[in-house]
Amino acid sequence: MKKLINAVEDVVKEQLEGMALAHPELKVNYEPYYMCRADAPVKGKVAVISGGGSGHEPMHGGFVGKGMLDGACPGEVFTSPTPDQMYECAKAVDSGAGVLFIVKNYTGDVMNFEAAAELVAGEGVKVQNILIDDDVAVKDSLYTAGRRGVGTTVLAEKVVGAAAEEGYDLEQCADLCRKVNQYGRSFGVALTSCTVPAAGKPTFELGEDEVEMGIGIHGEPGTHRMPIKSVDEMTQYAAEQIIDDPAYSRTVREWDGEQWADKELTDEPFAKGDKVIAFVNSMGGTPVSELYAVYRKLDEVCRAKGLTIVRNLVGPYITSLEMQGFSITLLKADDEILKLWDAPASTPGFVR
Amino acid sequence: MSMNKAQLVTWLGKLNDVYAEKKEYLTELDAAIGDADHGINMNRGFGKVMEKLPTVEDKDIGTILKTVGMTLMSSVGGASGPLYGTFWMKGGMLLAGKDELAADDFVQFIEAGVGGILQRGRPELGDKTMYDLWAPVLEAMKDEAGNASEVIAVVDAALPVAEKALADTIPLQAKKGRASYLGERSIGHQDPGATSSYYMIETLRDVLAG
Ligand SMILES: Nc1ncnc2c1ncn2[C@@H]1O[C@H](COP(=O)(O)OP(=O)(O)OP(=O)(O)O)[C@@H](O)[C@H]1O
Ligand SMILES: [Mg+2]
Repeated sequence: MKKLINAVEDVVKEQLEGMALAHPELKVNYEPYYMCRADAPVKGKVAVISGGGSGHEPMHGGFVGKGMLDGACPGEVFTSPTPDQMYECAKAVDSGAGVLFIVKNYTGDVMNFEAAAELVAGEGVKVQNILIDDDVAVKDSLYTAGRRGVGTTVLAEKVVGAAAEEGYDLEQCADLCRKVNQYGRSFGVALTSCTVPAAGKPTFELGEDEVEMGIGIHGEPGTHRMPIKSVDEMTQYAAEQIIDDPAYSRTVREWDGEQWADKELTDEPFAKGDKVIAFVNSMGGTPVSELYAVYRKLDEVCRAKGLTIVRNLVGPYITSLEMQGFSITLLKADDEILKLWDAPASTPGFVR
Repeated sequence: MSMNKAQLVTWLGKLNDVYAEKKEYLTELDAAIGDADHGINMNRGFGKVMEKLPTVEDKDIGTILKTVGMTLMSSVGGASGPLYGTFWMKGGMLLAGKDELAADDFVQFIEAGVGGILQRGRPELGDKTMYDLWAPVLEAMKDEAGNASEVIAVVDAALPVAEKALADTIPLQAKKGRASYLGERSIGHQDPGATSSYYMIETLRDVLAG
């Protein structure tokens, strides 16, 4: 393992210390871990909080700031944070307008955020949790824990963060976040594995000439392996997985203010004439130059399918440590989403 | 004979040793069908339990169990953190004020704990999770306690059932948790959560047998 670390146990703590020094506009708390806007709570504003395992930087901590998140709760590398973190973070940033948890759909994250929502609600704080489950590589929700939360999370944090800044109330923020999730779809490709510092060796083995299609963001295996192809072929495949994905239905559990309630959701497929925000993401080890090669082909595939890219985001925003690879996210953009996408944001990892 | 506080504390200490010793093994199991962190998570969690234990050792069993649950909840993370956290916390709520556990008390602790796992994770039998171990174990414990038995007899009766249930997770296809994303590729691997749960029962048997 070749990494810029001191001791394995100190990785997350020391990286947070570095962030705190580099960004005095953030407040970093160490017991338990969370970071929030130094000016939180912002009077009258809904607080937006996300969190998840570390190793995906700049998400989530890098998106804390005006126009995006109020707080972020980092877990150990690739391990979800714990309820006490979300609880303390929520108390620190709630202005009285309530707290929205944006939760990526992984069993660990879901359960820890659910436990946190119960704790926060127990204190009389208004809270809602909305899941992001946008990874089309997962086909069914009946025999799996459902689609994983990947690229759409970044776009949701931008759009919902802007809405909270504009004065949306908690329910409006939750409805918007649900909509963004339902409008977004992603697909990821790995060229190499990654190494979790505490494990010390690569999470999986991938041959010199092999790629893994349909990966998540934790080195979990994808749908299949194949010999590496040209960037055009791999981009076309990923884009078609997203654009041709049929309607997707599943049951999600949301906090209704007093208890957990099951909700049936169906995401409609993309349709000719849709305007989209296209997000081409690096898994960490792939250079931005190669992402533009992906974007070049993605633009062509979208045109051929009748989709118009009206905005884009290209770069490493939701990474998987040093993994080489990319993901594509397409988000159907209506006027509300576009207006909020264009709103100002000022965070360490995203500035508009 | 009932189970006393000293035995509970010894159990927790031994569990800490076991999870330190099995850290690599559990992580390997999780690497095969998950994200290679289960051993690391359990080791970190019980390390924290050991730090907290001295502050509650002389309190009642309910308080000790609750502290274990809260500590695991806030230090393990992943799926197993809230599951084990809830498991021990539910037991703690039930056993407030007790300084020793008769066989019935013990079985109620396990029953409440397994109920907590069900509430939090909503697993079904055959989903290839720790619940596939706890469900038959709980049944075996209840049966044995019905004979007005000792705690050690209850645990003795559960151990072979646990052993079998653990091996029985191997041919299952995972339908919950990270492993479910593998679909059929999850078949042929032992579930890491069921394995860490098995150690709880095996270690308790060793402690009670002295
Ligand atoms: N819904 C569930 N109900 C009961 N047990 C579950 C459920 N989901 C997972 N498990 C158990 O949790 C174990 C995995 O625990 P682990 O600590 O590795 O969490 P994880 O899913 O990897 O989460 P994270 O990646 O966030 O760390 C599985 O082996 C299984 O026994
Ligand atoms: Mg795991």
